[in-house]
Amino acid sequence: MSDRLDEGTGLEPLRAQRLGPLFWVCVGWLTLNVLAAIFANLLPLVNPLYQNYNVINAGPSLHHLLGTDDLGRDILSRVVFGSRVSLAVGSGAMVIGFGIGMPLGMLAAYRRGRLDAILTAVMYVLLAFPAIIAVIAVISFWTPRTLLKIIVVIGLASVPLVYRVIRSATLAIAAKDYVIAAKVQGSTDRRILVRELLPNIAPIAVSFLLIGVATVVTLEGALAFLGLSVNPPTPSWGNMINEARTVMAQNPWLVLFPSLALCLFLLCLNFIGDRLRTYFDVTEVKL
Amino acid sequence: MLKYVLRRLATLVGIVFIISVGSFYLIHLLPGDPATVILGTGASPANRAALYKQLGLNKPIVEQYFVWIGHVLHGNLGTSFISQTSVASTIRAAYPIDLELIVLSQLLAFAGAIPLAMRSARKPNGLLDRLLSAGSFTLLSIPPFIIIVVLVLIVSIKLGIANTGPSSFVPLVSNWRVNLTSMALPSITLATASFVLYFRVLRSDMIATLQEEFITMARSKGLSQRRIMWRHAFRPSSVALLGTAGVNIGGLLAGGFVVQYLLGIPGLGYTLISAIASSDYLLVQGIVLVVSVGVVVINFFFDFLTSVVDPRISRE
Repeated sequence: MSDRLDEGTGLEPLRAQRLGPLFWVCVGWLTLNVLAAIFANLLPLVNPLYQNYNVINAGPSLHHLLGTDDLGRDILSRVVFGSRVSLAVGSGAMVIGFGIGMPLGMLAAYRRGRLDAILTAVMYVLLAFPAIIAVIAVISFWTPRTLLKIIVVIGLASVPLVYRVIRSATLAIAAKDYVIAAKVQGSTDRRILVRELLPNIAPIAVSFLLIGVATVVTLEGALAFLGLSVNPPTPSWGNMINEARTVMAQNPWLVLFPSLALCLFLLCLNFIGDRLRTYFDVTEVKL
Repeated sequence: MLKYVLRRLATLVGIVFIISVGSFYLIHLLPGDPATVILGTGASPANRAALYKQLGLNKPIVEQYFVWIGHVLHGNLGTSFISQTSVASTIRAAYPIDLELIVLSQLLAFAGAIPLAMRSARKPNGLLDRLLSAGSFTLLSIPPFIIIVVLVLIVSIKLGIANTGPSSFVPLVSNWRVNLTSMALPSITLATASFVLYFRVLRSDMIATLQEEFITMARSKGLSQRRIMWRHAFRPSSVALLGTAGVNIGGLLAGGFVVQYLLGIPGLGYTLISAIASSDYLLVQGIVLVVSVGVVVINFFFDFLTSVVDPRISRE
């Protein structure tokens, strides 16, 4: 009986479900993060590399809202500037991952046939790879390390995952009546892909994109923590936590603030991604 | 069943081959002449000749691969020019620590996730379920390297509990009590990440299973709640859990790198990171090869387990 109840047009639950206030709080926090990272130079912040030896390992105060580190650098400023690395890697890697994986996945699912068979086989073999170890390996050999190389390596590593999600999403939609109708009308493949399929897989793509960014940012944080990301003194959340661990006993603030910034950022991304997924009623594999 | 296993085995061999090509090629990602990068500019001609022979560097690249894979298949991963020890013996000394870490963390994760997921699934959207779901969602957003740092900060620095902090590691064979104490924080850290995954997967599968007709049937027969949960509902709900666990092992190893690095536990992760720091490229190559193959083999094993729990998978 419950089966019959669930049979709807698929549009009602979309409106019935609310995004909720917490969703907008998260959107607000993320926007604030992004704006602060972009306009960090214009904000009234101390230079993140400036070492003031008069205030070493100071706790939070009015002069230094989040305190200073063991070299007298302002933590607030370093947290804000450090977010640039996370955001650059997160968005850059996902641009590469979606830039390659999404067209391939859509094309494979729309065309089917041999192209689909070959691409899917290749991607599944790549997926079996422990991506994190491959990323660490390539980054450690491909010297000297730059932010761009890290973005490229992580981005390429994410292609098979993006491909898999987009392909299965497209498969479901390519069989819908309106796609067939468009085909009967004689629309070109390009038009069907861009005008019919793309708008309909966009919700899935967006929610997956957000969770993907969170995963990539976590990965970059772990790399930075291991000393395999951008070189100090350039601050990043990961390398701030890494540097702070040696003076953890004297100055716990040093560990807590970048950790908190990173966790809040990830929590917001995951929450928004998750909410969008239920909002658009998408049941899809996670990155 | 046999056909299924053989087919999976063929895929496994293919993937291991590709991993070996990838690991082999890593050396050629180095800028310039690999011998100069590996040995440094002031290397003696004898060392250079030894490395050329070891890697077959003067041969064409395809032939180099076969020279290299020939050595690897004989258990010879080369000799590190930094520490003058064989890569294979370094790896052999390190990997039991990773195994211990994985076993301990997985025991903790399953011991926590399975009963809690079952409890949660019995009353979806009940108070416990809501609390656990919110808690696990929050934990999902905390990377392992932050969990371990915070744990160390609280347990070994603030509370001052002995043998839990950095460089307190003692091998299992020399003193198991101290060993387990020093492995506690890293195991808990890795267990937390796994727990969250397992809890979420098992909970949603249990909720789905409990709505099946055979559960209603079991209830109407008057079976006890416990028997229904463990004997009837658990097995059909655990397929996705096993799949997740298999995939999670790869992430677990990487998480292991982080905790080992922070606490100075000399497992593969710690060895890998120090090898990268000292440009010990042959050691890095060896560890990457061994760990990647290990992950793929573990995935294969869990795939196999899944098909044992749900034989339909192997018949498709």
